[in-house]
Amino acid sequence: MSLIQVDGLSVRYGARTALSDVSLSIEPYEIVTIVGPNGSGKTSLLRAIIGAVKPLAGRIVQASNLKIGYVPQKLHIDDALPITVSRFLKLPGGVADIDYALTQAGVPELEKEQLSQLSGGQFQRVLLARALIGKPDLLLLDEATQGLDQRGSASFYQQIETVPQATGCAVLMISHELHVVMRASDRVICLNGHVCCEGAPASVASAPEYRALFGTGTGGALALYRHEHDHGHDHGDHCHNYSEGVE
Amino acid sequence: MFDDFMVRAALAGIGVAFASAPLGCFVVWRRMAYFGDATAHAAIFGVALSLAFSMSIFVGTVVVALLMALVVSVLSGKGYAMDTLLGVLAHSALAFGLVAVSFLSGIRIDLMAYLFGDILAVSRGDLSVIWGGAACVVMLIGWRWSALLTSTLNTDLAYANGINPKREQLALTISLAITVAVAIKVVGVLLIAAMLIIPAAAARPLSRTPEGMAIATGLIGMLSAIIGLRAAFVLDTPAGPSIVCVAAVTFIVTSTLKSLRNPQR
Repeated sequence: MSLIQVDGLSVRYGARTALSDVSLSIEPYEIVTIVGPNGSGKTSLLRAIIGAVKPLAGRIVQASNLKIGYVPQKLHIDDALPITVSRFLKLPGGVADIDYALTQAGVPELEKEQLSQLSGGQFQRVLLARALIGKPDLLLLDEATQGLDQRGSASFYQQIETVPQATGCAVLMISHELHVVMRASDRVICLNGHVCCEGAPASVASAPEYRALFGTGTGGALALYRHEHDHGHDHGDHCHNYSEGVE
Repeated sequence: MFDDFMVRAALAGIGVAFASAPLGCFVVWRRMAYFGDATAHAAIFGVALSLAFSMSIFVGTVVVALLMALVVSVLSGKGYAMDTLLGVLAHSALAFGLVAVSFLSGIRIDLMAYLFGDILAVSRGDLSVIWGGAACVVMLIGWRWSALLTSTLNTDLAYANGINPKREQLALTISLAITVAVAIKVVGVLLIAAMLIIPAAAARPLSRTPEGMAIATGLIGMLSAIIGLRAAFVLDTPAGPSIVCVAAVTFIVTSTLKSLRNPQR
């Protein structure tokens, strides 16, 4: 059974339609990436899944007892609020396996630091640790590497790639960094208010809908993807909206 | 011992400091300082209504403070900047309150007592209202503590944890209304916001965790109340403002110590 099933979802803010008739589903152990231009409704989709926006139409069905870990787009911690990393990780549950989560996120040494004193990269990893701490079945990442340099974001995504094997949870993420995305994902969903095309990274990258949005300049990234993506995955047939296939 | 007016005053001050410790921290963390001001100013209107309909001042101020919060939350979605909106509402509520008081013929009320408080005239009945209200506030915030803290950090993180930030905001609004109502007698409408903000701000440089800051805020508030009252007695100064002055001096001391320790910040 799918972890989450989104069915005909529409979201509207005032007069502006952010999402119309979006359907998708996430299976266990998958890494799925959502790409799309600014204002294409990527963040709205994640916010609808966590329940922060009410859908205008459609429904979101979660597997029973689904635990979601969420890493928001950016988080400003006001210096007025003193809080250590370990206290932050314990919110709101109280008890938590802090060592486990910080190790999973690749920053085991930060436990006693003040949250407002962390660097951008450290902070994103602490957010990841907090998302992982409840041992989620589904991890949602909203442009988790915004503000990181290329090396920082590459190493962040390398960490993400290890998450499904290490913790058994699926990942649904938003990213602008197509070259990284292509490498790490099992499936790519191209979103522009609606689902433009969807499928394995290679087939999406060559789809005309995708090219219309992102141009052909990502060919190099795709080559990189083909070169490095040598570990086997069973993709199945994920190309729902893009069935005619260019390959 | 409740016979001594100084003891009753000290207990009243400590009660208000007790309630405003956790609440004041959230007011500082969530940048609600001006919201506290607006609620307090609206309370004068509540005082006028209470006298007009001869009900308890506590009930009148709580009701008006809650109404104020409701109006703010309804209007805040309509495209006004929050500080403009609060500025309009706070000062109009104060002005309407003062005008409404003037209509109350036959009742001569000491407006100064509500604007600046009259802590030395606290009765045993007042004390039970203050301590009852303070206990409600501390229990309510203590009960919602983790959820409130999570929604203060980030509303989407709260949603992802199954917390509804709007409901948590309501808990804070109710606490604020109760605190304003119980603190009117002690520091008065114009200085309530000071009791909420200054001890919390003074506690910030001393704290590493939210819980630590709430406790430090409580201690600073209580010490300010006791020392301020003593100073008012010795120097023959107004009691409420003296308490606030002690808190302000504490703020100066802790922030100076902090900048001496970390000169780069």
